[in-house]
Amino acid sequence: MNRTIRLAVNGREHSLEVEPRLLLAHLLRDRLDLTGTHIGCETSLCGACTVLVDGRAVKSCTLLAVQAEGRQVTTIEGLAEGAGTEQLHPLQEAFWNEHGLQCGFCTPGMIMTAHQLLEENPEPSEDEIRHGLEGNLCRCTGYQNIVRAVQSAAAELRGG
Amino acid sequence: MSVLLPASLAEALETLAADPDLVPMAGGTDLLVHWPQHTELHERSYLDLSGVEELRPHRWETDELVLGGLTTYWDIIEDQRAWNELPLLIDAARQVGSIQIQTRGSWAGNIVNASPAADGVPVLMAYDAVVVLESTRGRSEVPLSGFYSGYKEMRRSPDELVTEIRVPRRAYDVQIFEKVGQRRAQAITKVGVAVTRSDAGWRVVANSVAPFVCRCPAVERILEQGTEVRGSDDLLPAIREDVTPIDDIRSTAEYREKVLARLLYHDLLDLCPSFG
Repeated sequence: MNRTIRLAVNGREHSLEVEPRLLLAHLLRDRLDLTGTHIGCETSLCGACTVLVDGRAVKSCTLLAVQAEGRQVTTIEGLAEGAGTEQLHPLQEAFWNEHGLQCGFCTPGMIMTAHQLLEENPEPSEDEIRHGLEGNLCRCTGYQNIVRAVQSAAAELRGG
Repeated sequence: MSVLLPASLAEALETLAADPDLVPMAGGTDLLVHWPQHTELHERSYLDLSGVEELRPHRWETDELVLGGLTTYWDIIEDQRAWNELPLLIDAARQVGSIQIQTRGSWAGNIVNASPAADGVPVLMAYDAVVVLESTRGRSEVPLSGFYSGYKEMRRSPDELVTEIRVPRRAYDVQIFEKVGQRRAQAITKVGVAVTRSDAGWRVVANSVAPFVCRCPAVERILEQGTEVRGSDDLLPAIREDVTPIDDIRSTAEYREKVLARLLYHDLLDLCPSFG
């Protein structure tokens, strides 16, 4: 039995009729064309599908779309828009500048998780960054540049 | 498949009373893993509790911490009082999956999901937590240590929801939590143990070594009585009395027994004069 859900994605209100079994990741990609949210493993392991729901990082492959009823969802696309048109978010800039990616598949999830991390801890240590990103797998970079990118973004966001 | 979305606890309990076959769902972090492939699960009907806001908050009373039925691991990680007073809750919460799972997963969900490898359950049990169940028939309380009776079998009727978890506030002089897994994050426990000592005595709780998370009364007796323990092997007879580990995809029974004995021995060596 389909049902209609209301949710805000990147600040835009949507009212959508969905199948109850539809995952949020598929709603974002297939219905709203927000393909920046990647689907890697569908086993809640790789973190590529991470988005923010009411400001908290969640894996959108293990959340039904109907569970996002009434919530505010932010995807990687919303992060860029949030900082102004054509203007990347400092985390996106930092991943670019510090070469925090190679193939880029894990990058949206890495950035969304790092976003929550920095919201709660504006000056994380290297250990805290590594612990915070444990739910996101990268098979290219070896993580060093990802950690550097988060440190660089943290400094930028603190005004350093 | 259908998903019902009650907006209040009263509505949730009435809906469940009318159809006890509904599967209650909180964070869904376990139910929804590999969801597109598990098509048999798409045939069921679910009671999603996301909208029951009254179940979300936790509160500190004079003599207990009360977790709500939807309180997440992250809610507790964010609470500095929990770091100070009940640090094992933090130790366990930070090792459940990863941040994205900690923000969704709930303590009550961990209890009723009833995995033998649950990481939230051992620490709650070592703190003598009590499970509060509610249905339209009324409210009941069950000590977590007596909640399970077999693999995925528990003292929860199909029309009941876990609405609270009551954790006594006591002074502890021993608080230990150990999790052994393939890696630190996002790994299912091969063997785990929580140990506490307070005025109420020793509590030793093990996970991944029995059909359900359980206390280890024979090991607790050794600690209460101050029986001499000269090496980790001396703990094995008591461990074999308390738990029944198996060989499975993650580990072997022999490894689990030995590692449990060594964790206990090395963690308690400096704390127990009878250990030498």
